[in-house]
Amino acid sequence: MADKTTTVGYAGRLEDEPIITQLDAAVDWVRKNSLWPMPMGLACCAIELMSTAASRFDISRFGAEVMRFSPRQSDLMIVAGTVTYKMALSVKRIWDQMPDPKWCIAMGACASTGGMYRSYAVLQGVDKILPVDVYVSGCPPRPEALLDALIKLQEKISREPGLKNLKKTAAASAT
Amino acid sequence: MAIALAAVNALTKRFGDKVRTPVAFSDKVTGRDELSVTVARDVIAEACELLKKEPALAFDFLVDISGVDNHDTDPRFWVDYLLYSFKTGGLLRLKVAVPEEDPTVPSVVNVWRGAEWHERECYDMFGIKFMGHPDLRRILMWEGYPFNPLRKDFPLEGKPSNVPEVAFTEAAPLQGGPFVTVPAEHACGREPRVRENALPEDMRSKAKKP
Repeated sequence: MADKTTTVGYAGRLEDEPIITQLDAAVDWVRKNSLWPMPMGLACCAIELMSTAASRFDISRFGAEVMRFSPRQSDLMIVAGTVTYKMALSVKRIWDQMPDPKWCIAMGACASTGGMYRSYAVLQGVDKILPVDVYVSGCPPRPEALLDALIKLQEKISREPGLKNLKKTAAASAT
Repeated sequence: MAIALAAVNALTKRFGDKVRTPVAFSDKVTGRDELSVTVARDVIAEACELLKKEPALAFDFLVDISGVDNHDTDPRFWVDYLLYSFKTGGLLRLKVAVPEEDPTVPSVVNVWRGAEWHERECYDMFGIKFMGHPDLRRILMWEGYPFNPLRKDFPLEGKPSNVPEVAFTEAAPLQGGPFVTVPAEHACGREPRVRENALPEDMRSKAKKP
C-alpha cells in the first residue's frame, strides 16, 4: 500500500458506509477486474487459451471471462500463437480497432519472440508491431501460466495513474 | 510394379525417345517397389492424359506435385508427379527436368483438377510457371512478395521486403543457426544445435557437449 494510487481506506465497520479512496485507485480497480479479452488465437496456444476460459481453470474467477470476438468491445488482446508475416498487419489492424485504454498479453514463445520459427515466414515477436504488457513463456504455456500473466497484468494496471490514462492512447502505453 | 511397367511401355510406345529408361526403387523393409520415369517437358501433359485415360492403367489420382531445386547443376529444377490408381493399384512417379533460364512446365490441371493448388504451391515456392494453368497465383505467400522461399539460394532467415498495406518481412536473427548436426557417439550428442563458435563468449561454457 506504499503506492499512492493503490490506497483504499475503509471508513467504518459497516458495509453501507462509504469507502474513501483516490480516484486513480478506483478507476484502476474497476479496470483491472473487468478485462474483456480479444482472443487472438493463431496457433496451438489458442487451445490452452480456450482451456483457460473453460470450467477447469475458469478465467472468470479473475473477471476476464467476457471473450469478445469484436475488437471494438475488448480491451485486452491475448496473442496466442504464431504470428506469420501474412497475418501480422491483420493483427495490427485489429489492435488498432480496440478502444483505449487497452493492454496486450503475448502468450507463448511464438508470440513473444517467434519461438522455434526462425524463418522467413514468421514475425519475430508480436512486440515488433504492437506494445506488449506481459510475456508468457512456454510452448504452449499451461493455463496456470496465462492466469499468472493475467494477475501480473492486473497488478500492473493497479499501479497505473488511471485518471491520467482516462484517454490513454496506444502510443502512450508503448512507453 | 506391373502396372507401372505397363505404363512406361505405353509411354514409350506413344512418345518414343522422349521417355527415358525408368529407374526402380525397391526396399524390402518398407515393402516399397516403385518406378520413376523421366519424361520430356513438352509432352508431360499429354503423357499424364494418356496414363489417366488408358483403361488398363487408369491413373485417376494425382497424389502430389513437388518441385526440386538442385542448385548449381544443370538442369536446375525438377518437377515430380506422383500418380496412383485406385482401380488398378498402380503407383508411378514422373519426373520433368526444368532449366533455370526457362522455368516453365505445361499444366496438368486439365487432366486432374486437383493439380491446381499443387502447381500454385510449386509456382509460389520455386518460381516455376505452369503454362495453361487457369489461376496461377501465389498460394502461401502474398502477391507482390519478391522471392521464392524454397529455392536453395534463398536464406532460411528470409530477406526484407515490403508490400504496403499487405505484408512486410524482415530477416530473422539466427544466432549462428540454422541448427546443425555434428557427428557424435550418442544420439543426444547428434541433436541439432547452434554451431558452438557462433554463440556469444559467455554462453559457450554453458552449452557444453554432453
